[in-house]
Amino acid sequence: MGLSAYLTVGALLFLIGLVMVAARRNLIYVLMGLELILNAANLNLVAFNRFRPGGMEGHLDGQIGAIFVIILAAAEAAIALAIVLNVHSLFETIRPDDIDAMKD
Amino acid sequence: MLALALQHGAEAAGHAAVAGASAAEVFGPSTAAWLLAVPLLPLAAWVLQVCFGRFLPRQGDWLPTGALAAAAVIAIWHFVKVLSVGDPDFALAEAIDLPRWKFFFSDPGLTEGLAGFTAGILYDNVSAAILAMVALVSFLIHLFSTGYMQGDSRYNLFFSNLALFSFAMLALVISDNLLFFFVFWEIMGLCSYLLIGHLAADKEKPKMSAAWASMKAFMTTRIGDICLFIGMMMMFQAFGTLSFSELYQAVESHVAGNGGEWSPWLTGAGVMMFLGAVGKSAQFPLHVWLPDAMEGPTPVSAMIHAATMVSAGVYLTARLYLMLSPTAQLIVAIVGGFTAIFAATIGITQYDIKKVLAWSTISQLGYMICAIGAGGVAAGLFHLLTHAFFKACLFLGSGSVIHGCHHEQDMRQMGGLRKKMPLTYLSMLVSTLAISGVPLFAGYYSKDTIIAKTLERSMAEGSLVWSLPFYLLVAAAAITAFYMFRLIFMTFHGKPRAHCSEHAHESPWNMTLPLLVLGAFAVLGGKVWLLDPLHAVSGGQEPWFLRLVHDPHQFVDHAGAHHAHVTAMSASLAAAAAGILFACLFYLWKRLDPARVAAAFGGVYRLVYDKYRFDELYLATAVRGTMILSAFAAWVDKTFVDGVVNNVGRVMRGLGDASAATDLHVVDGAVNFVGEATVAAGQTVRRFQTGRIQQYAYFTFAGAVVLAAVVLFRVI
Repeated sequence: MGLSAYLTVGALLFLIGLVMVAARRNLIYVLMGLELILNAANLNLVAFNRFRPGGMEGHLDGQIGAIFVIILAAAEAAIALAIVLNVHSLFETIRPDDIDAMKD
Repeated sequence: MLALALQHGAEAAGHAAVAGASAAEVFGPSTAAWLLAVPLLPLAAWVLQVCFGRFLPRQGDWLPTGALAAAAVIAIWHFVKVLSVGDPDFALAEAIDLPRWKFFFSDPGLTEGLAGFTAGILYDNVSAAILAMVALVSFLIHLFSTGYMQGDSRYNLFFSNLALFSFAMLALVISDNLLFFFVFWEIMGLCSYLLIGHLAADKEKPKMSAAWASMKAFMTTRIGDICLFIGMMMMFQAFGTLSFSELYQAVESHVAGNGGEWSPWLTGAGVMMFLGAVGKSAQFPLHVWLPDAMEGPTPVSAMIHAATMVSAGVYLTARLYLMLSPTAQLIVAIVGGFTAIFAATIGITQYDIKKVLAWSTISQLGYMICAIGAGGVAAGLFHLLTHAFFKACLFLGSGSVIHGCHHEQDMRQMGGLRKKMPLTYLSMLVSTLAISGVPLFAGYYSKDTIIAKTLERSMAEGSLVWSLPFYLLVAAAAITAFYMFRLIFMTFHGKPRAHCSEHAHESPWNMTLPLLVLGAFAVLGGKVWLLDPLHAVSGGQEPWFLRLVHDPHQFVDHAGAHHAHVTAMSASLAAAAAGILFACLFYLWKRLDPARVAAAFGGVYRLVYDKYRFDELYLATAVRGTMILSAFAAWVDKTFVDGVVNNVGRVMRGLGDASAATDLHVVDGAVNFVGEATVAAGQTVRRFQTGRIQQYAYFTFAGAVVLAAVVLFRVI
């Protein structure tokens, strides 16, 4: 199993996440899409590090980057869920199409 | 002034200089101050009267009257001194040191040539006599006015104007140079204007005809004044002086240097200056103002337009005589002679008592001018003096009549006033006898001498044109006697013809006293057998004035002069007798009917009655011409001057419009375009800002894809 298999999975994850972000009618799912995109990136990072030319001895840059992204994603999820809660209390909905107050 | 050329005349005529005290003994060092006081007293009175007249008792009429009384006393006192000297060559400047005032045009450092001139007092026999006459007549007329002008709404101003006038006339007489002469001359013109128009500003009933008359007088005399000024400037340009005595010397040496020939420009300058006298003395063709000047109050007519101001022109002509070339003298004589008879004929036809006297004044001034032109300077000035007295008397008499008849001036409404106004009648009769040339009265001697002088000149010249003045004057003498007695008969004889003359009354003392004094001078002014101081000394047969003042030139010898005198005397006596006889036939004995004679002459009578229609002629030519000229000037002004201004304005306005359009469309357009473009761009771009974050995500992803494509496939 080579690198391309990991990259294919990562690309699929990214596409799924992207579609969820763009098309879902629920902010929670949008957030979930975001998580998928981040994890697609993590998978790429980890895979690229594993298949690094010259072996991965002594090099954990990809894994560390992935762990950072996971930490960020956790923090982001906390803040984003808080924002969603506030949006829901303000607009009484979490459909992204109905929330267009930023237009003007 | 006459002293220069006087010696010849005196010797040629065999006049013996009258023995008397020397002038230096008689005239003390304070003489100049006394003489200056004569004009300055009325000036001071004028200032006070203008400033405080309204607040003084009797509106201050006593102030100018008193000043004139003092001036008259001083002038007569000095005139008596001159008489006691009795020297025909007397000139005060030669006897004592007189103060002279030096004037500079700009730079006091320049004392040569044209840079400055001196002015001083001219006091010789001529000015002495005229100064005394003017001061006395002015005083009497002031006194008369205190009665006549009672109740006038501008009583105080009337007296202030009279005082200013008296100042100017008195100062003019003793000016020794043409410039100061001209200044006082103009002040008199102003006073004449103010006084003719006095009633025009009356507070109760303004008299519009007086306003017109004053304007007419002012404008007409202005023509003469401009000519006088031009003549003066010609003389000044040529000789660099305006002093009379220096001008005489300059002209004499100029003519001598020219081989005894008079340059044409000298003739021109002389005639120009004489035209000033033509205006002021109402000679043909500038005579039209004087009859209209009768719109002024009667004392004004008496003083200014009969006795003094109009004779300033004669005085000027006399002073000019030595500057007049023979041609100019001929012009002067012809103008005077023609005016004498021309005005006399009009005098016959008038009914307004003052108008008759006005035309008579013009006629008598013509006599004087004619005499001076013919070389009879002394005769002309003599007539000026005697005429001043009897004409002032006649005018004041007419004023008294008008006053008595409740301001009726038409002689047809009068008649039979002899018994109601005996003092007025007496003084006017005496003056009429004097003006008509009846022997023993003042006018006889002066008029007789004038006619003799014109005859002398015509004998000496021998030409037809020079004989004209003699015939004109003799004819005018007959007409004068006729119309003056017509006036007396119509006014004082017969029966009252209207209500006003039935209830006439004699005037108060302050009006009759001047009449009687002037009447006395009309009797005694010519030859005073008992009172003539010179006669007692010399035993001569000539009137006092002719012994005091001699003509500059004698044109015939003693025998010729005698012959001329006898002929002239006979002619003028015959003329006067004929005139008086016809007046009696027409108006006293009623043997002839004036209406029928007038009807027989029809058109001629109407022409004369309308004053030869000169007013109409001048209205149609000079006045109309001026109007047309001013209309043309107005048209030029409106069309061209205003046109230029308007076009400049129009161009400026066009430029402004263009500038506004540029501003609106280009500058504002650019600004607006930027704004509109920004708005349009915003409108376009704002569509991307939907506020939907998912859409933003598409855009972001699309952007990322594009960027990726660019990087991967190196599109750019």
